[in-house]
Amino acid sequence: MKNNKKTTNIKFKDYVNYVLIGALLLYGLVLLLTGGLRLSTAQLLVQMGYSIILAVSLNLVVGFLGELSLGHAGFMCVGAYVGGFCAVFLKQAMPEMKLIILIISMLIGGIVAAVFGFIIGLPSLRLKGDYLAIVTLAFGEIVRNVFMNQQAFGGARGLTTGSIIYDTRRSPTLFIAVFVVVLIMIFVIQNLVKSKHGRAITAIRDNEIAAKAMGINVTFYKLFVFIIAAFFAGCAGVIYSHTTTPVLYSFFSYNKSIEILVMVVLGGMGNLTGSIIASVFIAYVNFILQNQLSGPLASLRMLVYAIILIVVVIFGNAPALKNFREKYSISAFFSRFKKKDAANRKDDEAKWHRVPTKIKMDAILSTDLNPNSDMSIHGDLGNNDGKGGDK
Amino acid sequence: MSEVMLKTENLGISFGGLKAAQNVNITINKKDLYGLIGPNGAGKTTVFNLLTGVYQPTTGKFFLDGENLTGKKQESINRKGIARTFQNIRLFNNMTVISNVMVGLHNDPKYKSTPFTSMLRLPAHFAAEKKMRDRAKELLDIFGLMEERNTLACNLPYGKQRKLEIARALATNPKLLLLDEPAAGMNPNETAELMDTIRFINKEFDMTILLIEHDMKLVAGICEKLTVLNFGQVLAQGNTSEVLNDPAVITAYLGEDD
Repeated sequence: MKNNKKTTNIKFKDYVNYVLIGALLLYGLVLLLTGGLRLSTAQLLVQMGYSIILAVSLNLVVGFLGELSLGHAGFMCVGAYVGGFCAVFLKQAMPEMKLIILIISMLIGGIVAAVFGFIIGLPSLRLKGDYLAIVTLAFGEIVRNVFMNQQAFGGARGLTTGSIIYDTRRSPTLFIAVFVVVLIMIFVIQNLVKSKHGRAITAIRDNEIAAKAMGINVTFYKLFVFIIAAFFAGCAGVIYSHTTTPVLYSFFSYNKSIEILVMVVLGGMGNLTGSIIASVFIAYVNFILQNQLSGPLASLRMLVYAIILIVVVIFGNAPALKNFREKYSISAFFSRFKKKDAANRKDDEAKWHRVPTKIKMDAILSTDLNPNSDMSIHGDLGNNDGKGGDK
Repeated sequence: MSEVMLKTENLGISFGGLKAAQNVNITINKKDLYGLIGPNGAGKTTVFNLLTGVYQPTTGKFFLDGENLTGKKQESINRKGIARTFQNIRLFNNMTVISNVMVGLHNDPKYKSTPFTSMLRLPAHFAAEKKMRDRAKELLDIFGLMEERNTLACNLPYGKQRKLEIARALATNPKLLLLDEPAAGMNPNETAELMDTIRFINKEFDMTILLIEHDMKLVAGICEKLTVLNFGQVLAQGNTSEVLNDPAVITAYLGEDD
């Protein structure tokens, strides 16, 4: 019986991500069908969609593989420019087929970004921690500056994508395609993480040396994760290029990378559901602050944004608020249904103290010198020593 | 006589001018329980690192079951059949006990599933996962870790962490198991239990085991043969009782008489 209960719990966990995305999609669809969907709300939904893609794909790198990457906006930039350029080109060839243009450009943008992911993955094989962070940071800056200086991509004026803007005032439907992409991505990444390959990836995060000693091909998995993450970030970039004109290099700055990282950290490293909630939250806060603040407060938008972030982080982590969190958090709400498990877990935590390690050499030397030692072999050594002394 | 499992020929490595290990010749027969001892800094763990590909030897070669593995990478050496544990425990701390063992099963061709079959949840993925889980449970059962299979590895008590590390190494289906100070930090009861476990692995799995240990009681109790290292060189080699009574060995451990 107990086992049965456990499997049902796990299953709910498996589907919670789809439920969240489905709820957002449903919200948009209901508004669309009742005719109440404003263009700004549709754009917010699209923004939420690509934020989720960015955050979840970065979480794969930072949370699961354990490599700090500060260049995620760089992959998005590649996707946005390449995919956008491709879409503009396709638009001239077949002006009526919006969805097909979106799909093709997304694949191309994603694949080109994945190639860059492979290139950035290579130094990650040798660099650790801060050093890799700096390399990825530099990558992000280089990419956007390269695109800024290409006249083919519009130079400093940005890539004009006006003709491919997907949403019109009458039919803002891009969010449907976006959420389908999000669902596919969640499916793929969640399955990956919960398979033997996901275990290999988390094993590399937890202890690379041990992972190698267990025969895990660290090179392969690191590159693989960077490629997958870059592919989806590229897709997010293509979506962005379908909502905005012009696609400006300044959007993909260091700040954007940090914003994605904030979503990941806020949601919890290695927690896909957390990433989804955090990215929806941040996209929403951004939207509200941009549209609702007026008068003198409008110029303080970034300040308000920062304060909200600080409050959320403190609320989520401050030890003093621990009791409050345990009482009123979402997980506490759910654990009310399985209170027994939670109680057991606490007992376990109290029980499992780690025994301190101690190197034995000193102990050996001291027992060796003691002739009364009960360890027979040490006794032998002692005797021999004694004989040597007699001579 | 019995076949040779591991053979090293003049294995050595130097870091700059420091010869951490030189001319190490060890021959281990199949199903042997072999001990590697020596004072601190003698180069025991260095030999382990050479055998598992963490370091590449500057001189010499080593053969596992007749196959030259010199110069291979860590992961391919593991796949060829050398698994190890670590002096300072290196578990995957934020993963559950059973996941730790399942990582060890990763490369077994019986549980084959490419990243893409896993990502798309094709039937092969489920079959592999189920078989892996069953095998991992078998192993955990042998080591008495079944109850804790869903706790995080870092929450296990110390003795069980050691056991889990051995279980994880065995999951890779090795021909030769290297144990680096398995009894470090254990109390006498835990050590006695560990000795039983090691003997059990040796007998039931027909496993060839090479272990580093400072606990002489354990070494004398279970090892059939020993190699003593001192300053990176082999000081003595042979049957346990002879080696432990060798005056040179005693001098290396306790110092010279004045």
